[in-house]
Amino acid sequence: MEYITQGFAQAFRIIVSGDAEFLGIVGVSLLVASFSTILATLTGVPVGVLVAHKHFRGRQAVLTLLNTLMSMPTVVVGLMVYSFLSRRGPLGELGFLYTRTAIVIGQWILAFPIISGLTVAVVKGLDRRIHTTALSLGADSTQGFRMFLHEARFGILAAIVAGFGRVFAEVGVSMMLGGNIKGYTRTITTAIALETSKGEFALGIALGLVLLTVALGVNVLFGLFQRRTE
Amino acid sequence: MKKRLFLMVSMLCLGVVSNLRAEEVILRLATTTSTYETGLLDHVFPPFEKKHNVKIHIISVGTGKAIKIAENGDVDIILVHAREAEDKFVADGYGVNRRDVMYNDFVILGPAADPAGLAGTKDAKAALAQIADGKYTFVSRGDDSGTHKKERSLWAKVKRIPAGDWYLEAGQGMSATLRMADEKSAYVMVDRATYLFSKDKLRLKLLVEGDKNLFNPYGIIPISPYKYKHAKYELAMALVAWMTSPECQQMIAEYKKMGKPLYYPNAVNPTQ
Repeated sequence: MEYITQGFAQAFRIIVSGDAEFLGIVGVSLLVASFSTILATLTGVPVGVLVAHKHFRGRQAVLTLLNTLMSMPTVVVGLMVYSFLSRRGPLGELGFLYTRTAIVIGQWILAFPIISGLTVAVVKGLDRRIHTTALSLGADSTQGFRMFLHEARFGILAAIVAGFGRVFAEVGVSMMLGGNIKGYTRTITTAIALETSKGEFALGIALGLVLLTVALGVNVLFGLFQRRTE
Repeated sequence: MKKRLFLMVSMLCLGVVSNLRAEEVILRLATTTSTYETGLLDHVFPPFEKKHNVKIHIISVGTGKAIKIAENGDVDIILVHAREAEDKFVADGYGVNRRDVMYNDFVILGPAADPAGLAGTKDAKAALAQIADGKYTFVSRGDDSGTHKKERSLWAKVKRIPAGDWYLEAGQGMSATLRMADEKSAYVMVDRATYLFSKDKLRLKLLVEGDKNLFNPYGIIPISPYKYKHAKYELAMALVAWMTSPECQQMIAEYKKMGKPLYYPNAVNPTQ
């Protein structure tokens, strides 16, 4: 029991003193998760709006696919992206394996179905009459569409936050594609895995606390945005 | 408001992109979990990195996986410990210019109660045979690492097939495997560096050591520039030069834990 309390005491010291390694790891996690979330937003939201709005052949299949991908195991994404990015793979020339870029690509694939899938749900839930009313009041179609997006903004923000929560906490993609390189691709989750295997708990606990805090923040924001939508 | 938001987002994107593109030259090294986790590489690499203005990205996996990654061309150089596999790696044209760097030895640990009665024996083969015959819990790396390859070669030499409830394949790095054995009060084979490094956190006791069969040499091998056009061959060879230089060999010899050296340099006078 003592080593747990000691671990926590040391963890607090690490956090309070602003330990350089600790901050560096948190920084890498924030960096790659932010970037992949931005990419997933720029691609996922338009796809979500499109799928919700347009009726086309195979739409149901796309929806099913998005929902399936939402719960895709991170190691499967890691494995697939790895095989593409390895020098032996089709995209090997790029030399992306074991870089932050590789993690961003993997996390993008993880966040995309969540953001687009939730966007579909949000857009479908909105009253379609907003659009038609706006048009009948003299708005042109772009204005009408902007109005529509305005109504959907909190739901879409909730989707983005959910996507961020998923990639920030994932370990499979970061470990397999990033390689857990110190000071470069070592994220909060891969560092915790390494520290635990070494039997060092302090840094792991400190990082775990950050992870929990972010998870809490993500959920508070998510709840907030969802309530604003209703 | 919207403009400012757009500006912020694009600034963030720009920052990330520029950050993603590291300015320094990067040399990628795949190595065993033991050399990394014992802190040796963080000890000997900085002078080299400074001198050549290069950053070494260390990917710490088992020897088997390190060799596989190198065969795919995904790293520039490997530092591993499985002589047979290393020689095959070079013979098959994947790597060139292998050099000895250092050695230590494997030891066998077990619970203090020592139900297999191994304490004091020097014969590693006999010890493993006793563990298998008595079906005492043994934790194996199970990851095709150098340690795992050595362990399998010993099982083969004593004609025992390690399988059953008593034989647990961890599939993880050396430290993680050691911790698992410690939690389960099982027998385990480990390189001396990792053992010394984790000793103060272990309940397991050192039972078998000093067998010639437990010799554990490490070699460094750049990937072949003839096979891989992207290989940073000259830089990799510079690292070989550094690891086998008198300065670095001295640093390896001086790297100790609780007064005991973890590795013995042997670039100049190979023991085999």
